[in-house]
Amino acid sequence: MAKPAEKMDAVFQRPETLIDTNFHFCPGCNHGNVHKLVAETLDEYGVAGKTIGVAGVGCCVFLYNYLNIDVLEAPHGRACAEATGVKRVHKDKIVFTYQGDGDLAAIGMAETVHAANRGENFTVIFVNNSLYGMTGGQMAPTTLLGQKTTTSPYGRSHEGDGYPIRMAEMLATLEGPSFVARVACDTPAHIVKARQAIRKAFKMQIDNMGFSFVEILSACPTNWRLDALTSQKKLQEEMVPYFPLGIFKERSTADYL
Amino acid sequence: MSDTTQQPQRQMMKGNVAIAEGALHAGCRYYFGYPITPQNDIPEYLSAELPKCGGTFVQAESEIASINMVLGASAAGARCMTSSSGPGISLMQEGISYLAGSELPAVIVYVSRIGPGLGGIAPTQGDYKQVTSGGGHGDYYSIVLAPSSVQEMFSLVQTCFDLADKYRNPAILLTDAILGQMKEPVIVGPRPEPKAQDKPWALTGNQGRSKNLIKSLFLGDGEMEVQNWKLVEKYNRLKAEDTMAEELWMDDAEFIIVAFGSCSRMVESSIRLARAQGLKVGLIRPITLFPFPEKLIYERTASIAKVLVVEMNTGQMVKDVKVNTHKNADVFFYGRPGGGMPTPEDILEKIKEFY
Amino acid sequence: MYHDCIMAGFGGQGILMIGDILSLAAMHDGRNVTWMPSYGVEMRGGTARCTVVISDERIGSPITGAPSGCLVMNKPSLDKYESWVSPGGALVANGTFIQESDFTRSDVSRLLVPTNDIAEQVGDKRTASMVALGAYVEMTGVTDTPGLKAALEKTFSGKKAKLVPINLEAIEQGRKFARENRK
Repeated sequence: MAKPAEKMDAVFQRPETLIDTNFHFCPGCNHGNVHKLVAETLDEYGVAGKTIGVAGVGCCVFLYNYLNIDVLEAPHGRACAEATGVKRVHKDKIVFTYQGDGDLAAIGMAETVHAANRGENFTVIFVNNSLYGMTGGQMAPTTLLGQKTTTSPYGRSHEGDGYPIRMAEMLATLEGPSFVARVACDTPAHIVKARQAIRKAFKMQIDNMGFSFVEILSACPTNWRLDALTSQKKLQEEMVPYFPLGIFKERSTADYL
Repeated sequence: MSDTTQQPQRQMMKGNVAIAEGALHAGCRYYFGYPITPQNDIPEYLSAELPKCGGTFVQAESEIASINMVLGASAAGARCMTSSSGPGISLMQEGISYLAGSELPAVIVYVSRIGPGLGGIAPTQGDYKQVTSGGGHGDYYSIVLAPSSVQEMFSLVQTCFDLADKYRNPAILLTDAILGQMKEPVIVGPRPEPKAQDKPWALTGNQGRSKNLIKSLFLGDGEMEVQNWKLVEKYNRLKAEDTMAEELWMDDAEFIIVAFGSCSRMVESSIRLARAQGLKVGLIRPITLFPFPEKLIYERTASIAKVLVVEMNTGQMVKDVKVNTHKNADVFFYGRPGGGMPTPEDILEKIKEFY
Repeated sequence: MYHDCIMAGFGGQGILMIGDILSLAAMHDGRNVTWMPSYGVEMRGGTARCTVVISDERIGSPITGAPSGCLVMNKPSLDKYESWVSPGGALVANGTFIQESDFTRSDVSRLLVPTNDIAEQVGDKRTASMVALGAYVEMTGVTDTPGLKAALEKTFSGKKAKLVPINLEAIEQGRKFARENRK
């Protein structure tokens, strides 16, 4: 016989900062996981009430529908410039951008690299799903070689299209960032690691250590033309080998220039 | 009795520096910019002065980044500014459109250079069309003010901040290298402490209130149309309450010249020459280019039937004058584009031709 | 009172500075004034120019095509601006680089000033432009010693304040030369 409801212990609940509503994300997409991890982190540090999110363009843009925080919507690619402006005004607040790969690694490459290089003290949540999701699955800088998209119908070729850009590794070469990692949300074990990385990134900001960056590999079942499970398998088998998971830079106070 | 030693003294100041100091007087403590001639005195001055008064100066990686940093700082509730010239302002148009779409106040100083393309660094008014039409994509306008003296560079940049905040809209101060490089005596008092601005919409974290959202995306059925008409209401209020123009020698004028900014200075000299010869010429100088002094032009041209528009371009303001003149008035144009400057003698010739 | 003048010479001859000093003096006199530097690619070509307009009324154009006076410190500037001077206006030229035979106008008040020689007598060759300024002021009556002294004190302040007397002396010697040699 089941125990009366009032005696049950809550072992899991929706993070307070995550608004109780349905995501518009497609089944099998990892944006939902990432939103939840960010919300959890803000709750854990108790900073949601002093956090300003900057939403990139694309599937990220509806951040404000899901997180109960102040949000600024940035033009395509410019989120790191917006975040620079916000954080320079509110040095005591928590600021993060939430961007996809077309937004951050193509049109917003300059803003991203220079914000990282200046060591701007905010956090970037970078969701890499290897293409432009919302606009209909076009080729992105992160599209894998041979990958078919709506603008690389014969598969991405390095001749003409160049190679997929590894943003985390590239930014880790700069002096400015304090923390750079790549994680995935395909398995429970990876989600645990993703949570740790996101927590670490925000902790760096809270400790005024400078720019922190977490790249999260995500599936895009709709534009990959796969079902939810198969798309996670593809992520593991095709994306992870080219975009290795791990921490590429982690600064301790001692080596802070 | 007032203590005369505390009276602000006149000092010789370069136009660009007067703008920068004016911004500090307006309480602007955040500047984001990228170097381009002929406006570099502004970032140079502010990079020295802002750290001294607790402000922030960021040299961005591009004008695109500059205007978006401005957008961020504005959304955060701060008075903030950027400055640039033609090519840089072109790059900023996306951001200016987003500022207008998101209803965010910001000040953009535009020290024009000749164009199109790389053009050159000589003074021009060839960007009138760009700034008065909005400039970026979508159905919007920026507030545009055009000073004609160094003292006005100092004061009107402050007006830009006030109007930008009042209407939650980007405001552009349009000048050129004549005004930017020129020195004139200006009265600059002690720099006041920035006043706190009441901006309940600003992003400060939602502790103790419901969350704020600043956006320009309106996907819902009919949402954007509602927003567009809301902006129109705002522009109509701006027209009614804050249109500015100066009138000189208009009391007995039989012939009107319309000119703005640096060009109006040459026109002033030409009118002195004309009046010495008995020609009753008056000047209407639009100070706000958007909103344009439509009503004033209409009213004055009801009784004065000849209007000469003088500009340092190929005639960009003529259309605005024409659509607002009384139906009986004739509109003539004299202009010098590409760095050419109309001398008072040149303008006098044209006055005689059309009088 | 209305006076507009063009000052021109090589970059480094102190053209912009004497233009500054003239405009500061005019401001001290309670007048309206504009100071406009040469602007354009010629800035990099080694020539410097500025236009100063002084008036009791509100000033219109800060540039002029027919100045009341012209101060030229080198031959190219004489060649360029001599024809601009209004008839009856003043034309002060640097005798170190310009000769009497270089002049083509006879309807203006001309004066050739041996600026380097006078500056050397004053004790510092670098004051040559001040000598020229002094001569120009004497020829045009556009300002006077109190204004010039105040202008020098504004220009040379702090550690540079010790430069005021020698520069003032150079201006006075320029004026003296003009008084004695004007036709």
